[in-house]
Formats: sequence, C-alpha cells, structure tokens
Amino acid sequence: MRYLSSRLGFYIVALWGSLTINFLLPRLAPGDPASSLLSRMTGQLTPAQINAIRVVYGVSTHASLFQQYTTYLSQLAHGNLGISTAYFPTPVATVIKSAILWTILLGTVSLLIGFLLGVSLGILVAWRRTTLVDSVVTPSTIFLASVPYFWLATAAVFVLGIKLNWLPVSHSYNIDLIPSFSWTFIGDVALHAVLPAATIIAVSVGNWLIVMRSTMISVLSEDYITMATAKGLSPLRIALNYGARNALLPVTTSAGIAVGFIVSGALLTEIVFSYSGVGYLLYTAVEGLDYPLIQGLLLIITLGVLGANLLVDLVYVLLDPTVRRP
Amino acid sequence: MTYLRRALSVARRSARAAFTRLTTSKKAVFGAAVVLCFILVGLLAPVIAPGNPLAVVGPQNLAPSAQHLLGTTGEGNDVFAQVVWGTRNSLAVGFLTGATIAIIGVAIGLSAAFFGGWADNVLTLLMNVFLVIPGLPLLVVMAAFLPRTTLSVSFVLAIAGWAGSARVIRSQALSVVKRDYVAAATVIGERPLRIIVMEVLPSLSSLIASALFGAIGYGIGSLAALQFLGLGDLTTVSWGTILYWAQNNSSLLQGTWWQFVPAGACLALTCAAISMLNFAIDEVTNPRLRTIRERGVRLVRRARRARQEEPHAA
Repeated sequence: MRYLSSRLGFYIVALWGSLTINFLLPRLAPGDPASSLLSRMTGQLTPAQINAIRVVYGVSTHASLFQQYTTYLSQLAHGNLGISTAYFPTPVATVIKSAILWTILLGTVSLLIGFLLGVSLGILVAWRRTTLVDSVVTPSTIFLASVPYFWLATAAVFVLGIKLNWLPVSHSYNIDLIPSFSWTFIGDVALHAVLPAATIIAVSVGNWLIVMRSTMISVLSEDYITMATAKGLSPLRIALNYGARNALLPVTTSAGIAVGFIVSGALLTEIVFSYSGVGYLLYTAVEGLDYPLIQGLLLIITLGVLGANLLVDLVYVLLDPTVRRP
Repeated sequence: MTYLRRALSVARRSARAAFTRLTTSKKAVFGAAVVLCFILVGLLAPVIAPGNPLAVVGPQNLAPSAQHLLGTTGEGNDVFAQVVWGTRNSLAVGFLTGATIAIIGVAIGLSAAFFGGWADNVLTLLMNVFLVIPGLPLLVVMAAFLPRTTLSVSFVLAIAGWAGSARVIRSQALSVVKRDYVAAATVIGERPLRIIVMEVLPSLSSLIASALFGAIGYGIGSLAALQFLGLGDLTTVSWGTILYWAQNNSSLLQGTWWQFVPAGACLALTCAAISMLNFAIDEVTNPRLRTIRERGVRLVRRARRARQEEPHAA
C-alpha cells in the first residue's frame, strides 16, 4: 500500500499547487473583479453597496497577501467559491453545478469510445505490422490526431450539420424540449452529443493507437510470446491474452494524462458546439471577465482531472499485482 | 567552450548516422519536406506577397480568382497574402515557444536526473503537478489575465507545456547517468557541467530533437487554438487570427470557404508533418519499432527455409 499512500501524497501536493496557482493568477493580473462589476453598475449603487461588493471580492480589505490566502483557503474549505459577477448575485457554485453534468456526460462517453477504438486498432496494427493495414491506418490516425481540433470540429459542423443537415450542430438538447427523463428527451440529448463526441473521438483515437502500438510491439518481442507460438497456441489467443493484456498496463498509466487532454479537447468542443458544459461556461466567463467564475471553473476542472487521475491509479493497482506489494 | 565544441562534434557524428537512417524513412522525408516548404514560405513572405497583409485590396468576400488567388476576407483583405504572412508569424511563435520549452525541459530534466536525491524529488513533483493540471483551461485563464502580446502568449504556452518534455528527458537521462562511462568521468574528477555537456547530452540528442519538434508542434497548435478563441494578439496576422476572423465573419455559414480552409489546411499539414517527423525519429532511435530491420529478418528467415528445403527437392 506504499504505492497508494505515495500517490495520495502527490495528489495532495498537486491540489495545493493548483489552488495556489488559482489564487495567484488573478492577483498578478492588472485590474480586479470588483471594479469590472462596479464599472458595469455605475450609478446604480450606493457607496455602502460598493463597499460591500469590494469586501465580498476581497479587494478592499487592507489584508496582506498571506491573510488573503488563508481567507481564500478557508472559504474553499466551506465550499464557498464566491459570487459570479456576470450572473450577479448567483453564487459561482450554483452556476457551475448547472453545467458540470453535461461535461461529465460528453467527456466520459468520448473517452471510453476513443479508448476502446484506439486500443483495439493499436492491437491490430501492432499484430499486423509490415502489412498494408499498418501503413494505412497508422499514418492516417496520426494525421487526424495532429489536425487542430477546433478546425476539424468546425469543418464537421459545416459539412455534416449545415451542408448535409444530418445532425444538430449546437447546444446540448433542443431548447423547445423540457428536460425530463422521457425517451424523446434522452434521444434528443444523444443526437446532440453525436457530433461533439465523434470529433473528440476522431482526434483522440490516434494518441491511443500510437501508445498501444509501441508497447504492444515491445511486448510481442518478449520470450514468452515466442514460447506461446512454439506451444502452438492460436494467433488470436497470443495476440489478446499474451500480448494485449500485458501491453495494456503501460497504456493505462497514460490514461491519466489523456484525461487532461480530453478535458482540454472538451473545452474547445463545447465552445465550437455551444454545448452547455463547463468549457463553454469558462469561455463566456473569460469573455465577460467574470473573475470569480473563471477561478471557480479552473478549480473545478483541475479537481476533476486530479480525481480522474486518482481513479486511474486505483485501477492500476487492481490491474498490476506488482505495485500491490506492501 | 572546448567542451561544447567537442560535445557538438560527438553529437554531429551520431546525428549523421541517425540522419542517414532518417533519409530512408518515408515519414521523415515527407515531414521534413513539408516543414521546410513552410519555413521557406515564411522566410520569403515579403517576396511572395509584398505589401501589408492587412491592407484593404478589393471588395469583401470575393471568391478566388486570378487576381486574388484565395479570394478576399470579410474586410476586403487578400486571403493569400494573409496566409503567407500568417505562416511567418505562426512558425516564428511556434519555434520560439518550442525552443523555450526544449531548453527548460532539457535543463530541468537533465538536472533532475544528474543530481538525483531531493533535487530529483522536488523537480519530478513539480513536473507531475504541471502535467496533471489541464493545459488548455490553464492557458485560457492565463491568457485572460495577462496582456495579449505575442511574447506573453508564448510565455504562457511555455509555462503550461514544459513539463512533458522535461519528464521524457529525465527518464532517458536517468538511464544514461547510470552508465559506466559517466561513472568513469566522475571518478576521474570531471566537473558536473562537463559531464552533463560532454557525456550525457550527446546520448540524448535524438530525444532532445524529438522533444523540440513536439514542442514546436504544440506551440503552433495551441497558439492557433488560443487565437481562434480570440485570446491572442488579434492585431497580428497568423493562422489562428485568420480563422478567428473567418469565424467572426461566419464564413462557413455564408459559404465563403476560402477564408477558412487554406489557413486550417496549412495548420493541419504543418502539425501532421511535425508528428510524422517525430514518429520517424522515434522509429529510428528505438530499434524495436524499426520496420526495416524486421523486413530484413524475414528475408533471412525465408532464405534459410529455402536452403533447408533444397535437399528434399533434390
């Protein structure tokens, strides 16, 4: 269990690091959230109200940076992310709560499909290396993976959505429908997710394929594979039970980093498709200079990625018996 | 200074061997050719498309014609001139960012591996923290808070992107540092700097090259993404800003594809070429991934089998 406790220690440091970056970023920047809100509300507020807003955003207090830091941390510990300036006076936590499920839905679906597709293709091209499959599939997925995501997504919107009118190109569901657990609504949500998810999958398959291909090739040159061949096992069994199963281990470690990429990808996806998740919210918050919301979103996104990485580490313990040694 | 010269000569010798192998790889040749073409276009921008790319040269949204090879933008600028000048800016920022990241990565990765102990622990922790913090959201937020000049955007990209190359270089350097000739150099009493530059660095040259290319690709792609979101310096002309203005002009809805496709295609082609180059370097330096050798082995096996079968036939 030393492995797990050292990983947990790492996540605590990473959490503290990202909290601190989150705290320092807006304070390094010129301007402050209170004045951006105040300038929007000029003439509507009494001096007492102005003072109250400045206190809420922690800019009027003549506290030292360290005191501000401890206040910030204790507020976070109470789940208080501050108050959004764009959606004033809604708390940031409430604004984020309305968006987060959409991102989790889109991210999980595209991560799972991308992973399964990329890994199976990786197994295939590693097994059939030096054949036409490898020399066609590998370069084309590399090409897809290196195409700038936002451009691919916009092109997909244009061709599949606007020219051919096959799929809806914006929002997470038809705004005429009322959210409920009916089949029409679920079907509508699924239909709206097809294009955003497909573009993320198209871009991420290549990365999985490359990692899987190279680890699989190394595994295939191991002695136990030669042994398995000598025993006369069926090629399919050697490829899957002997090769892929061992090659999957290092691939899962890179899954944690991939979660971060998916989150980054999802950010662009949501912006291109106006999909109402945290990425789109972050974009609107940055455009409207809603500093408390920006900070809260960066925090939530980082927390999500850290949590997903922790999950990957736990899965790794289940998969690899060698790290389970005390 | 003599260390550096000798290190360079060692690096040059191993680079020449790798280079001969690279020239036989189709992926490498394709990648290098495309990247070189774009570099040429960027360098020769004042010759290929003289004049200011932001000048209004004709009516708005003009379709491609002999006079305006790629048509005009929603503002009446020449798209061809913008793409050519955009190549120059995108590549310049990409190379600047890539070089910064590679230098930071080499410095931190090498020192972590060489000094070991608590220095390694602290640096590795730092790398892992930066790796786990999602890049693009951090980029978006940093770009929102900092002034939007080319230099500051490049700085932001380097801050968010150095950790990956540092980690790769550290893990490879760790195995190099343990080799006998490094131990011998330590025993002789060489200074740490000399050992790092003379003994360790040359064995890492291919890895550093691939880290550099990877960082350049990352720089070009992320810069374009940031600018596409309207978070870059929008007064300059680059592939990202061209796409931003095209999007702003809702060019795809209007059907003015020529404002959107060329810059995007250049971007895709450059990034793909860099990936291909990197993939080829990986194949050349990692013998297990080499397909050429595999083919050779098969030929030998086939020849042997043929020889074994001969007596039976006779």
